[in-house]
Amino acid sequence: METQKTEFLNYTVNFGPQHPAAHGVLRLLLELDGEVVERADPHIGFLHRGTEKLLEHKTYLQGLPYFDRLDYMSMICEEHSWVLAVEKLMGIPVPERAQYIRVIFAELTRMLNHLLFLAAHGLDVGAMTMFIYAFRERERIIDMYEGVSGARIHAAYFRPGGVARDLPEGMAETIRDFCDEFPKKIDEYETLLTNNRIWKQRLVDIGVVTKAEALDMGFVGPMLRGSGVAWDLRKAEPYDAYDRVEFDIPVGKNGDCYDRYLVRVDELRQSNRIIQQCLKQMAPGPIKSENFKNSIPYRKEMQNGMESLIHHFKQFSEGYSAPVGEVYAATESPKGELGVYIISHGGTKPYRVKIRAAGYNHLQSMKHVLKGHMLTDVTTLVGSIDIVFGEIDR
Amino acid sequence: MNAEKLDKLDAAIAERFPQLRRERLSDALILHVEPKGLVETMTRLRDDPELNFHQMIDLAGVHYPDRELPFDVVYQLLSVYKNHRLRVKTAIGEGHAVPSVISVWSCADWYEREAYDLFGILFSGHPDLRRLLNEYDFDGHPLRKDFPVTGRYEVRYDETQGRIVREPVNLEREDREPYCHTL
Repeated sequence: METQKTEFLNYTVNFGPQHPAAHGVLRLLLELDGEVVERADPHIGFLHRGTEKLLEHKTYLQGLPYFDRLDYMSMICEEHSWVLAVEKLMGIPVPERAQYIRVIFAELTRMLNHLLFLAAHGLDVGAMTMFIYAFRERERIIDMYEGVSGARIHAAYFRPGGVARDLPEGMAETIRDFCDEFPKKIDEYETLLTNNRIWKQRLVDIGVVTKAEALDMGFVGPMLRGSGVAWDLRKAEPYDAYDRVEFDIPVGKNGDCYDRYLVRVDELRQSNRIIQQCLKQMAPGPIKSENFKNSIPYRKEMQNGMESLIHHFKQFSEGYSAPVGEVYAATESPKGELGVYIISHGGTKPYRVKIRAAGYNHLQSMKHVLKGHMLTDVTTLVGSIDIVFGEIDR
Repeated sequence: MNAEKLDKLDAAIAERFPQLRRERLSDALILHVEPKGLVETMTRLRDDPELNFHQMIDLAGVHYPDRELPFDVVYQLLSVYKNHRLRVKTAIGEGHAVPSVISVWSCADWYEREAYDLFGILFSGHPDLRRLLNEYDFDGHPLRKDFPVTGRYEVRYDETQGRIVREPVNLEREDREPYCHTL
């Protein structure tokens, strides 16, 4: 009897751009052999708004709110890179209290981002409860955003030279109370996930990236630390008040999705530590640079003083002039190094701005990392790299 | 980066690449490289144990329309073990190609596609130089200085024709006087 041979052709699947697990508008072309991914080709650009081009036509102050809209899940951290770059370019000093406020809000934003990561990653893998738990705490942090800036998401709170306004009355206590309770909440998340058998089966040994690969593919932030490189810009190139607080850098061992999850959970605890120290060390004082040539004058003085009015008018019409030069400033955003490269030819607008998005390299590495994984692992991996398309597409 | 570290890096670079022009800023060091020897220089920068630039953090294109060589490609390199950074610049003319550094750092892939997409800078040796951020049939390179910020075309659905039409951008409105011509 003759044996019959059947050959199956590989077939191509379009994952996204409208897929609930694609975290926005990712279009992933997957070539499948049965259920195994043979080739993956991410297509991006669905959210491209030309931020870099727009920034060339805006003054340094007007450019700031665009940064909230880059990575719309860690808004204030994006502003942080921009204000640091502008301060570096113009040599604007930042008073101590402003530095502490900035660190507090950068760390709150890190919590905001990592909570969303836990929520969405859990949902991708099938842990629905995590979503509800994480959003309970996110809501409280968003309320703090609203308290200081009036906006729940797109805060536009930082300014070159400081922050827009001081913490309102009672805000420090609100944050302190939150920080006292938060470690218990992290324990709650961990009881749900860390030793959960299904969670471990879905994450352990999935998407392993070695140290050398991580460096070659340009990984940053928790992705790099998950692969075992203890690199954190808050320690390596401390900015603002980070050199005055104590914290540890959590590092993974195997470089799989589970390690990256553990790193992020531990970062939540470290952020909490940093905020508590900042609240202790913070003293009253000015919250923005008091050279009003390149810092917005106080509202009250502006209404009573001629000079402040002139400064205010100049800054909101023409903007302040930057010297000729170029700077690159980077901060450790929740997703990794977020760099801003400004080239200035003098004048009130930058000549060229390049935004180095943190998630960019992580997404392009999917091409290599996804190969040989099952289709179900695609959602795990896409969740694990914690992508937001606002910053990738710019 | 502090001055002490910069001095050290500056000396190390000067020793290894005496023929290349260095530019020292207050907080950064720029190395100017000709496109011709780019890949060799980059490989040395990565593999030399003193320099150890294992990561390419960023690649930016810059357009200077008045220059003889109108494009700059700026690479930001980082060493996580030595904790120092270097900026490498190379200038290129219209229609000429920069050698791709994809063989040195695999993450250069998308950065070079992006620079091609936004500036029209060509990279020789890149395996897949397609547009990345703009749509596949986009006309022009939007981050060039001669490209208007409003874009050149707008698309809308035309009901009479029953299809999507592409027209030149027209920002004038009949019901509104243009209030400022300089903007």
